[in-house]
Amino acid sequence: MSLAAWRQASEAKMRSPKSWWRFAAPKEFFWLTGKLAPWFAGAALLLFLIGGYAAFFLAPSDFRQGEVYRIIYIHVPAAWLSMICYLAMAFWGIVGLTLNTRVSFLMAHALAPTGALWCFVALWTGALWGKPTWGTYWAWDARMTSQLLLLFLYLGYIALVRAIEEPRRADRAGAILAIVGSINVPIIYFSVQWWNTLHQGASVSLTKAPTMATVMVVTMLIMTLAVWSYSIAVVLWRARALVLLREAHADWARREALRRLGGSEKG
Amino acid sequence: MHWESWSAFWAMGGRAPFVWGSYGVALALMLLELWLLRRQWRQTLAAVVEANQGSWASDAGEFTGEEGQ
Repeated sequence: MSLAAWRQASEAKMRSPKSWWRFAAPKEFFWLTGKLAPWFAGAALLLFLIGGYAAFFLAPSDFRQGEVYRIIYIHVPAAWLSMICYLAMAFWGIVGLTLNTRVSFLMAHALAPTGALWCFVALWTGALWGKPTWGTYWAWDARMTSQLLLLFLYLGYIALVRAIEEPRRADRAGAILAIVGSINVPIIYFSVQWWNTLHQGASVSLTKAPTMATVMVVTMLIMTLAVWSYSIAVVLWRARALVLLREAHADWARREALRRLGGSEKG
Repeated sequence: MHWESWSAFWAMGGRAPFVWGSYGVALALMLLELWLLRRQWRQTLAAVVEANQGSWASDAGEFTGEEGQ
């Protein structure tokens, strides 16, 4: 099947009222995300409260590091999300470039600031953790340098998309940067195995049992879910704003904006 | 309960600036992001309404004749 034919088939699916594909249509996307985002926000608040309590009151001190190790409960989830957000950006970039769906590009745009936030938090908390445990805020080791590069990739993406006036060109240029830059993500993840780094290896991985006490692992998972939920809520909200602005001249967008502004003006 | 007192809790074993500096900045950035998002949302609503104002004005102009040269 040729790409054009595949796109045509996809567009037909998007118009079908029974297919999940219909949420690629801006109006349907706006409706669905409006329903979903508050649930993720509520879950995030709840999980942050539980996770924060567990991190500070249930988890024991570390036998070597004492209390400062508690930074791990924000540092590791932030670092994970910083990588996942970038991969998600690349994913939506690929979807946008192949299917030509506008909403996919806007999802990528919406992910960038939140990914950059987590990337900065990972670097910041890492520095504050490094000083008392390694004696330095920063070292140019492979893990830290590649994580810093990730921050620059996020900032570069945001700057690139903003610099290009024409939205469609900005979408495509951003998608290409996201796809090419995603090569950095496995480099960050495996850097502690590939090179001799000051940064320690993974304490929790999918393939082997964690090298931490159960209460610590569970706390970290709750905090990770909290950070996930927060990110999903924020990204969906941001994407909604972007979709509404992009579709400003569509009838539904105008009506939504008027209704939400108080709707005293005639729709 | 893990802590002997609230002051022991806040002291974090003598590492208070590092621990609270980490969580404080993370929390502050999340709150900042939520605030910026709210601002962006309001600006978006205003921009969408404004983007359509031109077309309404000309619509109205057709009826009232105000748009004439």
